[in-house]
Amino acid sequence: MSFSNLTRRGVIKTGAVAGAGLALPTYLSAAAHSGFTNAPTGDTVTLGFNVPQSGPYADEGADELRAFELAVEHLNGQGDGGMLSTFSSKALEGNGIMGKKVQFVTGDTQTKSDAARASAQSMIQKDGAIMISGGSSSGVAVAVQGLCQEAGVIFMAGLTHSNDTTGKDKKANGFRHFFNAYMSAAALAPVLKNLYGDDRKVYSLTADYTWGWTQQESIQAATEAMGWETINDVRTPLAATDFSSYIAPVLNSGADILVLNHYGGNMVNSLTNAVQFGLREKQVNGKNFEIVVPLYSELMARGAGKNIAGIVGSQNWDWKLENEKGDRYKGTNAFVKSFGEKYGFPPSQAAQTCYAQTLLYADAVARAKSFNPCAVVEALEGYEFDGLGNGPTLYRAGDHQCFKDVVVVRGKENPENEFDLVEIVEVTPAEQVTYPIDHPMFAGGELGDCNPGA
Amino acid sequence: MDAILLQLLNGLDKGSAYALIALGLTLIFGTLGVVNFAHGALFMIGAFCAVTLSKIFTLSHKATEPSGTDFLGNPKFDDVLYVKDWFGETVGAWLLDWSVPLAILFAIPIMLAIGFVMERGLIKHFYKRPHADQILVTFGLAIVLQEVIKYFYGANPIPTAAPEAFRGSFDFGILLGFDPNAIIYPYWRLIYFAFSALIIGGVFAFLQFTTFGMVVRAGMADRETVGLLGINIDKRFTIMFGIAAAVAGLAGVMYAPINSPNYHMGMDFLVLSFVVVVVGGMGSLPGAVLAGFLLGILESFASMNEVKDILPGIDQIIIYVVAIIILLTRPRGLMGRKGVMEE
Repeated sequence: MSFSNLTRRGVIKTGAVAGAGLALPTYLSAAAHSGFTNAPTGDTVTLGFNVPQSGPYADEGADELRAFELAVEHLNGQGDGGMLSTFSSKALEGNGIMGKKVQFVTGDTQTKSDAARASAQSMIQKDGAIMISGGSSSGVAVAVQGLCQEAGVIFMAGLTHSNDTTGKDKKANGFRHFFNAYMSAAALAPVLKNLYGDDRKVYSLTADYTWGWTQQESIQAATEAMGWETINDVRTPLAATDFSSYIAPVLNSGADILVLNHYGGNMVNSLTNAVQFGLREKQVNGKNFEIVVPLYSELMARGAGKNIAGIVGSQNWDWKLENEKGDRYKGTNAFVKSFGEKYGFPPSQAAQTCYAQTLLYADAVARAKSFNPCAVVEALEGYEFDGLGNGPTLYRAGDHQCFKDVVVVRGKENPENEFDLVEIVEVTPAEQVTYPIDHPMFAGGELGDCNPGA
Repeated sequence: MDAILLQLLNGLDKGSAYALIALGLTLIFGTLGVVNFAHGALFMIGAFCAVTLSKIFTLSHKATEPSGTDFLGNPKFDDVLYVKDWFGETVGAWLLDWSVPLAILFAIPIMLAIGFVMERGLIKHFYKRPHADQILVTFGLAIVLQEVIKYFYGANPIPTAAPEAFRGSFDFGILLGFDPNAIIYPYWRLIYFAFSALIIGGVFAFLQFTTFGMVVRAGMADRETVGLLGINIDKRFTIMFGIAAAVAGLAGVMYAPINSPNYHMGMDFLVLSFVVVVVGGMGSLPGAVLAGFLLGILESFASMNEVKDILPGIDQIIIYVVAIIILLTRPRGLMGRKGVMEE
């Protein structure tokens, strides 16, 4: 009777402990799948598109939203597929993301950091968005990127051009496809030297906020390196509407170049005022006076009307790239065709970057075979791709910035229609605009670790 | 010296816009006792009258024969303007070029009508309510008008050019013995200044030298007594509201070529114009005009690099600093009367 102490109660206890022990690995592995914010449980996955739907950038936001809708359509296997057919990765099959149908919610950033954070938070908490994208301001991008890092969702930035977004304010959960102020300056400098020579005196007007400061710092460093001299930089209030008081001193300053580090309505007004004061017809130091706008969008060109003619600037992408510069920019025509047939006009650079960001996120999930933000971060870091309209592109692991060619443009003298306002002067190869990760203009801040959230 | 003269011209130009808006605000406050926060929206609607007329002149139909291919490779049919169809190439082109000055004629009836509808439909119900209620309702109205414009015209600024003949600049440098190109000033801004002076003079002459104006001035001084004399002062004040709306609208029409109109431009001017009215003295028409020019000139001088080197950021606060100083030394403003807004 050596086993006489084996009781019924003992067997049940042992069985329960053994059962729990056996079940433990299954429980832990289940936790690995759902242990992140807004893990999709049903047969759908929700993306959050946070764009300016009111305020001065509402038109830009509307174009971003069109691109997002088109991207979702293509991901779900509807329409003509757009850039899915040209994208170098073939992980996306037109059946949603990992078989889950893509649905989306939208928020209104109002181009205000607090409003943008509130709408992103609502989309994450109430609507279960697993990724946030969009926006057309660096202030908003930095704010929303920080929120997404805390909440444990991925942020695929829209139109944000400040060096800080992937510089001192970079975050592990945030990724930027759009180019930045340093890249604009690096691409523009050789073209400006070629067009206007290496002995020029610059007077600049700079919007007094993060983007303006980094844009000014970048363009000053790049132009001074090729021999230009900056004789004055004047900070202008963001709320300014009439720039005549700031333009008037330029007339007798001895400068022969005016750089306008302004964006949106600021740029439309300052450029209009500069042209009204006859700066384009002026001769200084025996040279024609020139105006440079380092970054401008198609919408800003439309707002400036005829004043944009002859003005040199830079863009992330242009809808004519593939036709004018060849196959290197494949994907451009496929996207323009999809977008143009659906909406009746060509897409803006804001639309292209938002479309590309949505596809890149979906592709990263498909390649990682997981919606877990940390898996997505791993799939995007150091990822090299092609076929999304910008030529071969790298998502650098160290700062989550895309490195690709930069388009230098000039306002057309005789545009054929309101969507054909700029001509491509040159496309600067990615190598010329690449900078080391510890470049002083991007110093400070840590990428940190990815946050999968709850 | 040349820089000072340039900023003086700038100040007069800015001041003329402030003065025109402040004049309309004061007309409404002086006659009806209403603080009208929708006045900036009337300025904006005026600018959009210029945009609308230019859009009417660019209404077009498609050509019957394709002229090439569009961005998708489909046949492209050029737009043919109706004005050129109807009036011929030369007159059509002239109408298009002169759309902003012509918009003055287009805007007057529209602004008068908007003024009447605003006053009869909404604002008259708030005459006896506190000023805070009037501010809230007119501010709400401004937001509604702004959103309506955005719905139809979008949020992006819409370029509206001055006639070709006025697109250059006038060289004051040669005139005043300076180097050529030392003091140049855009023609259209000079025209804006002259136009403002004309409108301001016209409003004062209307109030000073017509029977209607005399009755209105009497009503402004003592509404009750004028009413007891059997004069329907309310009707006249409604007409004055329409005139004030037209003044704001005309200021907006002529401003359209200076900065591309957008739905938000009224708000940008409104706050400054209220400061102008308060500095000038609530209810004082000459005060509004004087303060408009004074603050415009001070703002321009504060933007000079020499001034900003000594006082960084002064350009952003100068108007408010001056307003504080004036209100501390003259609490009723430069030309304010006793008893206004003091009940």
